[in-house]
Amino acid sequence: MIKLIGLVPLFPLIGFLINGFFGKKMSKSLSGGIACVSVLASFVVAVLAFLELQHSANKSHVIELFSWINSDTLKIPFSLLFDPLSSIFLLIITGIGFLIHIYSTGYMHDDDGFSRFFTYLNLFVFFMLLLVLGNNYLVMFVGWEGVGLCSYLLIGFWFKNTAFNNAARKAFVMNRIGDLGFLMGIILIFVTYGSISYGEVFAKAGTGGTAVVTSIALLLFIGAIGKSAQIPLYTWLPDAMAGPTPVSALIHAATMVTAGIYMVVRSNVFYSISEVASETVAVVGIATALFAATIGLLQNDIKKILAYSTVSQLGLMFLGLGVGAYSSSVFHVTTHAFFKALLFLGAGSVIHAMGGEQDVRKMGGLKGKIKITYITMLLGTIAISGIPPFSGFFSKDEILAHVYEHNKILWFLGMVTSMLTAFYMFRMLFLTFFGNFRGTHEQEHHLHESPKSMTVPLMVLAGLSVVGGLIGLPEFWGQHNWIGEYLSPIILRPDPSILSHETEWTLMGLAVLAAGVVIYFAHAMFITNDVLPENNEEKLKPWQKLIANKYYVDELYNAVVTKPLDIISSFFHKFMDLQVVDGIVNSTGKAVTGIGSVVRLLQTGNIGFYIVSMVLGVVLILLFTFII
Amino acid sequence: MILGYTITQWLFGILSFLAIMFALMVVFSRNPINSVLYLVLTFFCIAGHYLLLNAQFLAVVHIVVYSGAIMVLFLFVIMLMNLNEDTEPQRTWLNKIIAAVAGGMLLFVMVGSLKGAEQLQYKQWGSSQIGLIKNLGMVLFKDFLFPFEIASILLLAAMVGAIMIGKKEIK
Amino acid sequence: MLNGISINYYLLLSTVLFIIGAVGVMARRNSIIIFMCIELMLNAVNLMLVSFSTLHNDPKGQVFVFFIMAVAASEVAVGLAILTMIYRNIKHIDTDLLTNLKN
Repeated sequence: MIKLIGLVPLFPLIGFLINGFFGKKMSKSLSGGIACVSVLASFVVAVLAFLELQHSANKSHVIELFSWINSDTLKIPFSLLFDPLSSIFLLIITGIGFLIHIYSTGYMHDDDGFSRFFTYLNLFVFFMLLLVLGNNYLVMFVGWEGVGLCSYLLIGFWFKNTAFNNAARKAFVMNRIGDLGFLMGIILIFVTYGSISYGEVFAKAGTGGTAVVTSIALLLFIGAIGKSAQIPLYTWLPDAMAGPTPVSALIHAATMVTAGIYMVVRSNVFYSISEVASETVAVVGIATALFAATIGLLQNDIKKILAYSTVSQLGLMFLGLGVGAYSSSVFHVTTHAFFKALLFLGAGSVIHAMGGEQDVRKMGGLKGKIKITYITMLLGTIAISGIPPFSGFFSKDEILAHVYEHNKILWFLGMVTSMLTAFYMFRMLFLTFFGNFRGTHEQEHHLHESPKSMTVPLMVLAGLSVVGGLIGLPEFWGQHNWIGEYLSPIILRPDPSILSHETEWTLMGLAVLAAGVVIYFAHAMFITNDVLPENNEEKLKPWQKLIANKYYVDELYNAVVTKPLDIISSFFHKFMDLQVVDGIVNSTGKAVTGIGSVVRLLQTGNIGFYIVSMVLGVVLILLFTFII
Repeated sequence: MILGYTITQWLFGILSFLAIMFALMVVFSRNPINSVLYLVLTFFCIAGHYLLLNAQFLAVVHIVVYSGAIMVLFLFVIMLMNLNEDTEPQRTWLNKIIAAVAGGMLLFVMVGSLKGAEQLQYKQWGSSQIGLIKNLGMVLFKDFLFPFEIASILLLAAMVGAIMIGKKEIK
Repeated sequence: MLNGISINYYLLLSTVLFIIGAVGVMARRNSIIIFMCIELMLNAVNLMLVSFSTLHNDPKGQVFVFFIMAVAASEVAVGLAILTMIYRNIKHIDTDLLTNLKN
């Protein structure tokens, strides 16, 4: 099956082509069916290839599809790489992608753009698979740009709403900034090593000199910042919630935003060489994690809460990458994909039940009305809060243990982040499902559990969120950390824990205790005392106001970047465009008209005159040849 | 040899003189009928030149096509329109002088461009058989078969076109 | 030398005939005369082609003349039909008065 790994991206591509060309003529069930089946087929191939890789002695398979660019010293084959890292990402993308496709058939059922939705979704899966399967940076870049495009298309899926379009544009522009860094990194890699294939580049990585390697690592990290929504390019992700909820689950939680993590793990050689780059990654990661977590505390839109939670969790993963815990971060990517997809889909189910309402202040008391959604979301919330033995606990704990051994301050900040996470997640859960219903009568009447196509993926994901941690049980439990060993071939310097078991037990105990306390506090606040978020912004305390307005970062960017750009643009519009460019064009037109009005006098309409002119012309031409 | 020139040279000279004379008469005669007749005579002179150049078949075809068909058509049309000296429009003298000057300049540059022609390398005057119908036919139907067929289509199209244009409009 | 006559003389003769045709086209107003002058110019070219054909002892030049004749015949047929049409509609064929192109 490994030889046929090219089939994995091929199936969604076929699904995309069929849906793209014939989607409008097909019935909804056929169109959705094709999309689901194509991803399912990819998933099956990925699973078979994954199983084959377990028994294969060679852990890194390169499958060359065709020669792509062949120009002098620049030789880039279109080849795929199947190794432990890409196999894990393949399983996440196709597996969760398939579940979300199923879910979408229910969620999008009444939408006019049903087939268009699945067209984009399949295209996204195709590009995402290309991104993780590519054997060189350029193939990765193609996938990278492709997922950016699909993200843009899907955020602006309901393109009739201007605000949604603006959100899509914002996401695209912010991603472009990161992409520019990524592209420059690729070019620098090519200039330095004369190749962009992973194998060749990593083999020669040490020869580049620390300064160059640091530059490469930092440029690549800029790309990761854009794609994975880290400070300072994170603001697009919360706005990206304008897209349909399955999109938020698939693209903006489980897969696309982890592309940055994938890229850094793939390029771990550079980061292992460059101390400066990995420090930067760690600092940006923890800063984002903490920053986003605080914003998440006072958000009222259920999807925005989850969005900030995603940003925060991604920051945590980057923190792990920064301290060299690559396999732990991939582990967290996996578990995060499970529970964050679950939470988003659950939120989608809630929104579905509420008839499009996203504000948690207007919900409440839903746990009896939509039981399956409630239970699955509860499981997801426990998982993300880090309560053993749910999946999130193991991955987060592993990252924090590595951070502790690296730097105590970073560990403390990580602990704070994790407590904040537990708090705002339970706040969301309590506000949504407990207490009294706060919506309108109409909504209360409308409340209903979602169809099977939506609840089944929820249950599957809930199961995975509960048991997903088993793939990375900590070593000091006497277990063997499967994912750490599995990924070790692709990591230059695996980071075995040097902490004593006592310390690890203590850290773990502390984390659980902190989470427990925070959850109790949240319970006391939102259930026992029934505190509701303030509707009136005027009554908020100053610090609350600051957080509720997301630290005014959007406003800051607006003032610092957007406004000056607008002024420059309007200058270019008013002066360069209207005066200079249009002036040239218009005066050309005027000159032609003016000359024409004189020359037209020659057009007497008299044939004799024309003939004489022609003869004189011939004479002149002949004379001219004589002179020459 | 008469006065130092061969018979052929005499014939060439006389035919050339006549051709130019008749051609001038075509342009200068006031009556269109006379113009047509002078043109026929010019064509006869040109046919004589063809004979001198050993293009016998071409000479015959030339007389048949031009003098026999085309010029008769001209004559016919002029008669149909009843054109004569009285109806003939005339240019002003200024226009005529301009035409003559332009023509003179054209003659000047064209003759000038012929200056190098005497240095032309050419084969010795070979067999005089190429103008015979047999040899022409071989070339025409071997090398130029396709253009020949195209020419037939052209003639057909011209015939249809002439009828279409010339017929009375159906109202 | 073509039968004792230099090619130059043939070239000169055809040039002169051509120029006479051209002057006729420029100096006359009657469309039919202009048309005839064009025929004269065509024949001047034909003469030149035939003389070169004989010079190079190559029948292709004469074959070309055939084609020119065919084209001339078609042209005359269509052209005269057009002139008849014009005459039928506006009762004259004076080129100076045919100035519809101006507007």
